[in-house]
Amino acid sequence: MKINKNIAISESGFIFNPGTGDSFSTNPIGAEIIQLLKDDKKPSEIIKVISSKYQIDGPSFEKDLEDFYSQLRDGSLTAYE
Amino acid sequence: MSKRKITVAVTGLNAVDSPGPGIAVIRGVKECTDFDVRIIGLSYESLEPGIYMGLCDKTYQIPYPTAGSEALLHRLAFINEKEKIDVIIPNFDAELYNFIKIAPKLKAIGINSFLPTHEQFDARDKINLYAFGQKHGFYVPRDRVIYDVHELPAIAEQFGYPIVVKGKYYEATVAQTLEQAQKAFHKLNAKWGLPIIVQEFINGTEINVAALGDGKGNTVSAVPMRKMVITDKGKAWAGITLEDQSLVDLAAKFISATKWSGGFELEIMRTMDGRPYIMEVNPRFPAWIYLTAGAGQNQPAALVKLALGEKVTPYKTYLVGKLFIRYSWDMIVDVSEFQKISAFGEL
Repeated sequence: MKINKNIAISESGFIFNPGTGDSFSTNPIGAEIIQLLKDDKKPSEIIKVISSKYQIDGPSFEKDLEDFYSQLRDGSLTAYE
Repeated sequence: MSKRKITVAVTGLNAVDSPGPGIAVIRGVKECTDFDVRIIGLSYESLEPGIYMGLCDKTYQIPYPTAGSEALLHRLAFINEKEKIDVIIPNFDAELYNFIKIAPKLKAIGINSFLPTHEQFDARDKINLYAFGQKHGFYVPRDRVIYDVHELPAIAEQFGYPIVVKGKYYEATVAQTLEQAQKAFHKLNAKWGLPIIVQEFINGTEINVAALGDGKGNTVSAVPMRKMVITDKGKAWAGITLEDQSLVDLAAKFISATKWSGGFELEIMRTMDGRPYIMEVNPRFPAWIYLTAGAGQNQPAALVKLALGEKVTPYKTYLVGKLFIRYSWDMIVDVSEFQKISAFGEL
C-alpha cells in the first residue's frame, strides 16, 4: 500500500486530495497511519508501531488496517504500486 | 510609480442563479495593481444585479444581440464618446459573434478587445465539436446533429441509453428512454430552435478548466476546478482548484491547436479510466473566473494587458485547494436608480 505523495493531511486528521478536490476526516490513529504510509513504512512495520503504541493485539489490528486501506483506496488516496 | 488609468467596459452583469461572468471579471480587473481602473458596465436588462453593486462606475444599456452588430456598434460608439473606453470584455456566448464582427471598427475608435476569431468561435461550437475533436485528437463524445424527432430511435440504438439531448445554445437533458428523448427534443426545439444535438452519455467526474490563450498558440494561464456544489441548473455554487498537470496540458493542447485568443472554459468529463472528454468549450470566461485571481493567476487582468498589446508572462503556478463559495445577497435599491437605467439606459 502506497499513499499518493501529494495528499495533504493536517494534525487534526483532515485529509485533502489536491488531484480530485476531495477531502476526508480521520481520527488521530488514522492520521498516524497515513503519515507512516507517506514515510514508506511497510505494513508489517505499521502493525508493529501501532499495536505496540496502543497496546492492541496484532491480528485484530491487521483486520482493522485492511478496512482502513480499503477506505483509502475508495477515496482515491492510494498510488499504483 | 503611479498606476496607469484605464477604462474597461464589461458585459455579463446578471449575477443571478445562472450568473454571467461580468462581476467576476470586474473583480479580477480591479485587483490588478498595475492599473487604476474605471469600470463601465454594459447591461441588457434593468434588473441585472451588477448594475447596482457599486462595482461599475457607470452602466449603460446596450441592444440585444438580435438587433445586430450595427446597432451594437452605434451604441458603443456613443458610449465611447463619453467614456473613452480602452478595453471591452464581452462575456456572453450569444453576443460574441457581433463583438467579434465589429472588433476592427471598435479598434479604430480606440476600443481594444482580445477575442477569438469567427473561425475559432465556430470550430468549438457544440454543433462542430465532434469533428473538431477528431481533427485535433481530443476525446469528445460522439454526437449527431438532428432536425427531425424521427431520427432519435436510430441514434439511441447506436449510442445506447442514456443519451444527452442538447439545445442549440443552452440546456441539456439526460434521457433514459425514447419517450424522454422525444419530450426533450420538442421542449428544446420550442425554446432554442433547431438543430438539436444528441450526444453519447459519458459517465465520470466533471471538471472545468478556465484558460487564456495569447492568439499565437501559447497558454498564458490555465486553472482546473472541480465543482463542489452544483445548482439545479448545473452551475457551480462552490468549487476548488485542483492539482492536475494533465488538465493544464489539455488546455495548452487546445490553445496550441486553435491558436485561441482570449479566455475560454473547457468542460471536461473524466472517466473512471482517466480519459478527459471535452464536453463543451465555452468561448469566454466562466462565471467562476475570479477563482483564478484567488489562486494566483488573474486571467481577467492578463486579458486586459493582452488587449492593450502588452507583453504578458505566462503563469506557471497556481494555488491548489483554493475554494470559491458563491452566495446570494439582497441589495436595497431606490426606485430612482431603477428608473434611471430603465428610462434613460444609463446609471
